[in-house]
Amino acid sequence: MIRFLKRTWAIIKRPSVHLSLGFLSLGGFVMGLLFWGAFNTALELTNTETFCTGCHEMRDNVFVELQATIHYTNRSGVRATCPDCHVPHNWTSKIARKMAASKEVWGKIFGTINTREKFEEKRLELAQHEWARFEANDSLECRNCHSADSMDITRQSKRAAEAHERFLFTGENTCIDCHKGIAHTLPDIGQAMLHKSSDPNVTELQTFLRTD
Amino acid sequence: MTQTARIPTLAALIVALAAPVLAQQSVATLRGPADLAENGPAQPIPAVVNSDIRQVRNYPEQPPLIPHKIDGYQITSDYNQCLTCHSRTAIEVSQAPMVSITHFMDREGQFLASISPRRFFCTQCHVPQSDARPLVENEFVDVDTVLDYVTSHGGSD
Ligand code: HEC
Ligand code: HEC
Ligand code: HEC
Ligand code: HEC
Ligand code: HEC
Repeated sequence: MIRFLKRTWAIIKRPSVHLSLGFLSLGGFVMGLLFWGAFNTALELTNTETFCTGCHEMRDNVFVELQATIHYTNRSGVRATCPDCHVPHNWTSKIARKMAASKEVWGKIFGTINTREKFEEKRLELAQHEWARFEANDSLECRNCHSADSMDITRQSKRAAEAHERFLFTGENTCIDCHKGIAHTLPDIGQAMLHKSSDPNVTELQTFLRTD
Repeated sequence: MTQTARIPTLAALIVALAAPVLAQQSVATLRGPADLAENGPAQPIPAVVNSDIRQVRNYPEQPPLIPHKIDGYQITSDYNQCLTCHSRTAIEVSQAPMVSITHFMDREGQFLASISPRRFFCTQCHVPQSDARPLVENEFVDVDTVLDYVTSHGGSD
């Protein structure tokens, strides 16, 4: 093996005697293109709903939940698929998200969420990752389809129009602040917020009541 | 049998034969007149009233009707979406009416610190309305009408 590697290295190191520099650089360029293309194609393949719901953790939990919502069927027939909401469109964020997702795939292989119960236990943590992401990017994925500028609030219900006018257009809140759980069943948020509260009164109360 | 006796008999016979046919046309079942093995045409689903205008209660104890749509609102043991707008602390942002104090009472009439478990599943008592045409005419009169009637009849009856 070592010998093979040494020989290969020697071939690579030795300047080419038979091929012109022009051919080599062109060839390199073409190979580069091919690799890049293959890499992106592989990315695109993992970027479909069939891939996302290929494992039963997703198919039996979040996918079934999505099917009952407006983002699966509606009067206009426009659908949101998993990557529409979960994968950023620009390249760097996309790669970053994929690396993070690899951890979730790891979780599958080692069976950390292989039953509904285990999934429910993990759901809060998974959901909090998503909320943090939406908060950090000002709900970018929602805005890829829904533009606040194109919203005609005169055509919305009074409740919607007032909320959007007071909090969305002023930039005080972003979509995910008010629209949690539009695609999946929600975990117990209240309990979680109480536990990580930094309010000194809450911490004092917790030690008093010994709730954790 | 005389000629005159025969006519009523004939009439009775016709009625007896026609009755099932008439009945078949007039008795409305939920699934409509389709054959047993077939599915009838689906009726259009009436739209939910989403007017955001609070409705009159027909009697003081009535759980008020929900004047907005609640499609997809989750009420599970983990989460109650109604309370994200109707809880004590949420109403400043949502400008919704707060759940009244009765929602904090247990069945002994004690006030609890948060929504009583027996009031947690809101849609047990509160329902939105759709603009469907009523199948049966409603002859309900509310208590004010009854009171008016009683006073106009001199307080008796
Ligand atoms: C692929 C495009 C797409 C993406 C991404 C998307 N939506 Fe939607 N959304 C739609 C469509 C299409 C509808 C249904 C429109 C209709 O027919 O009324 C909809 C409807 C809605 C509704 C209305 C629900 C109702 O009951 O009327 C809300 C609220 C909403 N989306 C919020 C969000 C939020 C929050 C996100 C981000 C997490 C998001 N959407 C991401 C396309 C999208
Ligand atoms: C301050 C909270 C708040 C924020 C922020 C917010 N919404 Fe809403 N939105 C509401 C409320 C309240 C309603 C009406 C109740 C409902 O549909 O559940 C609503 C309704 C909607 C509807 C349905 C409109 C209708 O007439 O039925 C859509 C679509 C929607 N929101 C999309 C968005 C998107 C996209 C964003 C981010 C760009 C966003 N909302 C941000 C509170 C908010
Ligand atoms: C309309 C946008 C939207 C679509 C489409 C969507 N999701 Fe989600 N997803 C969310 C949001 C928002 C959260 C954050 C938790 C919440 O609010 O429910 C989330 C959370 C999750 C979580 C974390 C666990 C949880 O339930 O909170 C997983 C896993 C997930 N989504 C997988 C999927 C898969 C797989 C699909 C495709 C079948 C999908 N999602 C489609 C918006 C979406
Ligand atoms: C986005 C905030 C919001 C959510 C979520 C919400 N409501 Fe409301 N609700 C309101 C507002 C605001 C009003 C006042 C009238 C209006 O604008 O529709 C109201 C009115 C009502 C009323 C009428 C009260 C009266 O005195 O006439 C009832 C009952 C009600 N809601 C029940 C519910 C139930 C049950 C749910 C959950 C299935 C729910 N609401 C979810 C905002 C909300
Ligand atoms: C057991 C039946 C029942 C359940 C369950 C219930 N309610 Fe009520 N609700 C009532 C009745 C009856 C009234 C009117 C009398 C009163 O205020 O007690 C009422 C009144 C209200 C009002 C109007 C209060 C006001 O002062 O105008 C709101 C808002 C409301 N309920 C919301 C909710 C919400 C949200 C839930 C779920 C968390 C809920 N209710 C669960 C029976 C119920």
